[in-house]
Amino acid sequence: MAVCIAVIAKENYPLFIRSVPTQNELKFHYTVHTSLDVVEEKISAVGKSLGDQRELYLGLLYPTEDYKVYGYVTNSKVKFVIVVDSSNTSLRDNEIRSMFRKLHNSFTDVMCNPFYNPGDPIQSKAFNGIVSGMMVQTG
Amino acid sequence: MRDILVQSQYQLVAVLHQFVVCQPQLSKQKKEKEKRLAATDRAVCISVLEAMGFRVGQGLIERLTRDSPSFKDELDIMKFVCKDFWTKVFRRQVDNLRTNHQGTYVLQDNKFALLTQLSNGKQYLDQAPKYLAFSCGVVRGALSNLGLESVVTAEVSSMPSCKFQVVIQKS
Repeated sequence: MAVCIAVIAKENYPLFIRSVPTQNELKFHYTVHTSLDVVEEKISAVGKSLGDQRELYLGLLYPTEDYKVYGYVTNSKVKFVIVVDSSNTSLRDNEIRSMFRKLHNSFTDVMCNPFYNPGDPIQSKAFNGIVSGMMVQTG
Repeated sequence: MRDILVQSQYQLVAVLHQFVVCQPQLSKQKKEKEKRLAATDRAVCISVLEAMGFRVGQGLIERLTRDSPSFKDELDIMKFVCKDFWTKVFRRQVDNLRTNHQGTYVLQDNKFALLTQLSNGKQYLDQAPKYLAFSCGVVRGALSNLGLESVVTAEVSSMPSCKFQVVIQKS
């Protein structure tokens, strides 16, 4: 279960950020911001190895003492970042991948919405629903 | 059964496209003084169609590249546009891709899906540009979302064959 989910546009500004313990939101914003550097590094690093099947899933970006940050980049250079709790070790790679898949599918639907202008903050109910389903449930 | 469904979807898209292209012309009166205005109106209509195509292209490319791996370079992107993208949108592949390796590409399609119903030669050649505006926009939108700003123009010498010229803008 994710603690924070963020969608960042091609120009590196956030289209959507949601975190669960809402009192500590700024810390997550900062974490996501710093993870962008790692994402950029990974994107440019893969570019140097030619003939490689370049994957969209970037994997674990970096672990901090409390959290692990995972990244995913689409072909249109939109980045998804998921922050999960370190104590939740039962989350396997496959589950994170499937979370990113669902996010990507939902984001594609948002893009195809003719009333949505690319570059605007995402305000879709369906997208919010998918994200809520992936966040940690706090009682 | 599924093929019939897909066929009818494509035909529906083609019919709607014809309708959208004709729409601005339906309300215009052909008078002397308005012939001048008609020329600028035509340019406005074409740019409106192109803008619509742009937005559609952006959404389409997001959906179509969802599962494919990242592209290595510009040529790779253009090849994807010529093969997979063209197949999904226009039901055939581009027949000829030429480049000068400096950012200009010419895509030639000898049987462009949206022109086949118009004519099979030189008839109605002057009407062709407005039927190509939307498609130019779709290509431009697709490239824009893949990270390539471009200018897309189309020319027709003999229907239904047409050439799309894509010039990538270097920032």
